[in-house]
Amino acid sequence: MLDNNSQSLFEKSWDIVVIGGGNAGVCAAITAAERGCSILVIETAPREFRGGNTRHTRNLRSVHDEPTDVMSDRYTFEEYWDDLMRVTKGVTNEHLAKLTLESSQALMEWLIERGVRFQTALSGTLNLNHTNAFFLGGGRAMLNSLCRHAESVGVQFIYEAEVTDIALENGFCESVDVSWQGQSHHIRCKQLITAAGGFEADLDWLAEGWGDAAKNFLVRGTPYNKGRVLRVLLDRGAQPVGALDQCHAVAIDARAPKYDGGIASRVDGVPFGVVLNNSAERFYDEGEDFWPKRYAIWGRLVAAQPDQIAYAIVDSEGVERFMPSVFTPIVDDTIEGLASQLGIDPTAAKKTIDAFNAACPSGPIDQMILDGKATTGLTPEKTNWSAPLQKPPFYGYPLRPGITFTYMGVAVNDRAQVLMQDGKPAANLFAAGEIMAGNVLGQGYLGGIGMTIGGVFGRIAGAEAARVLNR
Amino acid sequence: MSLTDKIEAEGFDLKALLDPDAASEVTRVMQICNACRYCEGFCAVFPAMTRRRSFDEGDVGYLANLCHNCGACYHACQYAPPHEFGVNVPQALAAARNDSYAAYAWPAPMAGLFRRNGLFVTSVISLGLAITVGVMLAMIAPQLFWGVHVGEGAFYKIMPHTVMAGIPLAISAFVLMSFIMGWRRYWRHTGAKWGGFVDLFDAIKAAASLRHLGGDSSSGVLSGPGCPTGDDRSSNARRIYHQLTMYGFLLCFAATSVGTIYHYVLGREAPYGYLELPVVLGTVGGIILCIGTAGLFVEKRRMHPSVRHDEGLGMDYAFIVSLFFVSFTGLLLLAVRETSYMGVTLAVHLGVVYGFFLILPFSKFVHGLYRFAALIASAGEARRG
Repeated sequence: MLDNNSQSLFEKSWDIVVIGGGNAGVCAAITAAERGCSILVIETAPREFRGGNTRHTRNLRSVHDEPTDVMSDRYTFEEYWDDLMRVTKGVTNEHLAKLTLESSQALMEWLIERGVRFQTALSGTLNLNHTNAFFLGGGRAMLNSLCRHAESVGVQFIYEAEVTDIALENGFCESVDVSWQGQSHHIRCKQLITAAGGFEADLDWLAEGWGDAAKNFLVRGTPYNKGRVLRVLLDRGAQPVGALDQCHAVAIDARAPKYDGGIASRVDGVPFGVVLNNSAERFYDEGEDFWPKRYAIWGRLVAAQPDQIAYAIVDSEGVERFMPSVFTPIVDDTIEGLASQLGIDPTAAKKTIDAFNAACPSGPIDQMILDGKATTGLTPEKTNWSAPLQKPPFYGYPLRPGITFTYMGVAVNDRAQVLMQDGKPAANLFAAGEIMAGNVLGQGYLGGIGMTIGGVFGRIAGAEAARVLNR
Repeated sequence: MSLTDKIEAEGFDLKALLDPDAASEVTRVMQICNACRYCEGFCAVFPAMTRRRSFDEGDVGYLANLCHNCGACYHACQYAPPHEFGVNVPQALAAARNDSYAAYAWPAPMAGLFRRNGLFVTSVISLGLAITVGVMLAMIAPQLFWGVHVGEGAFYKIMPHTVMAGIPLAISAFVLMSFIMGWRRYWRHTGAKWGGFVDLFDAIKAAASLRHLGGDSSSGVLSGPGCPTGDDRSSNARRIYHQLTMYGFLLCFAATSVGTIYHYVLGREAPYGYLELPVVLGTVGGIILCIGTAGLFVEKRRMHPSVRHDEGLGMDYAFIVSLFFVSFTGLLLLAVRETSYMGVTLAVHLGVVYGFFLILPFSKFVHGLYRFAALIASAGEARRG
């Protein structure tokens, strides 16, 4: 269908062009289309891989004042706020952060009305049950529903089309240049909404923030977020927000593919064993908190180790305590044997594990609670779930930093308008999703808030763009 | 050489990194799914998967038969082709399911009939039809065969009741034995455990409502978005057509049973009046069976090629079409039973029915058997937590 109509897609002057077909972009497109605007969504990925990191998401963090059919207890604005302040350490635009949290509940209802189905927390994620609503079938299923709805209200999509430039003068945008099937096209629009994601798949750009360490990073998210649109906006005078090296990064299996490994590449065993660097030394408290509250710091922790590599080691009791990971762990009957298989010094590894075992308290651990089973006289301390690694076979998982998405983006106001370097909002240029997530997320991460930011600002951008057009 | 250097030197090899002893594509795929679990809410397959860390052949047989091939997980999958992980659960399980029919078949030498099953089913039914019609034409005087017969015992002027009922009775004994042995093989192979009638009732509920084609485990028995048809758009069409087929079949079965009671207990011979119970059951059953099978045929053709298991298509179509003809010829017989075409229509109907009965244990029909067994096992697992 697209091939036949594509020429008319390029020739038409659109009310609104949306760059990026993920959660934020499609929420924006639907909102404006429902107000009668003509919309073209430009997606750089092929249809099978459309939607950027939305494909890899699984839930959305939302305020709710009483139990819902998919979330337990309640998650008040205040509790959400405290969680956000704790992880960002206050590095956030408080006004926009408040707006995000306040709009989260309405966002959920809005999505449900448009065909998105939610479910209760997945097995192994029960401690997210009171804060996050899970998409039935995950983010790709959620996006399929949204895109179907978008098409039903007249939104047009074009895939495998890459934006190469934006005509942006004095904060006013007239058109975008698109490369499609080897040809360059010029698309005119009255309003432009950029929802094109971060730059996590551009390792050279990452290296500007991380130095050479970046070459050892795995990109857990979509390979299509190369930050091209972000770069154009910054070059054309948009005001940047967020630090270059801030991102959502978790420790993932080092054997995962370089790009697009997604959720399955994660390793959940850290709290139930020890993590060594390639000098066979521990470097952080593995039992600091429940894993879903801590996994997002381990990407940075591993990134700070020599050669950006670490090794999680558990014994045959520990291995039963977490969800299996996608790659078969390295197995050996002795610590020394495991260490040499992993490529670290066997003697040093044995010494570290022996010291750890000697520092463990007696008695069984309880993984359902913060059990306070802490090591004594060990640096760094392990504060919970400390059980000696003594029951062979031993299992090893090599870890690398796995980047999901970057935070550095363009500054926006509460109408999702992009702010220019003079501090004034661009007249007809909006941003939503990862490309502006750094306004809210200065650092740290709360599971599911990325989708909340995308949905909330997508809806705002769509509504504001339509409003400017008097729709 | 350290492990990561090795990966860097040799590149990413998913196959080598996954369980090297993986028995099959199902095992490979399940290892990926078990580390993701996004699909847990669709049906019973994924919760069953999360209760396991590794998958032996029995587990594969169990999961394969628990899967209803709805395709929701394929369209939702972030690792579906062209992703390098190449996850396609519906197809992997469909292939394993077909293999399992052969593995559980009794008598074992008949297992081969599940290959090129479409040809086998069509041949047997055609043969049944040809022999029945041929024998009747040869043995019955033309004026009787082409005559008009009305009133009690009209059918038996064409074929004596003992013969008409005796043939399926003999076939039934064989079919029943084959089902029992197949069930036993399935049960042992998958390591299923009998957890009591509570699980049986749960399985009956799931089968009666076809809950797992609803596309959302948490939705009510009759709600749910259904399963993807063609593209990723969901609909309950396949679920409805399947149930029309199933209930139509059961009604026809009930009609035959009630007819048997009429014959032996009440001493009344067929044909019965249009408003009498055996005819009402058979008519309603036959009509919805025709609609159901025709609908399933259309849905099968509309299925997304990535979800459809092409090797099993012959079996599916042959079964659907033969079921359609069983019910259609039955309805036709009802329509012409007071005309001179009764004899030939009866011959055709009986021929198709006999052939159909013969192929039952070696046809798509066994999916009901093993899936129901899997539902019982799944109910038990879910209950025990």
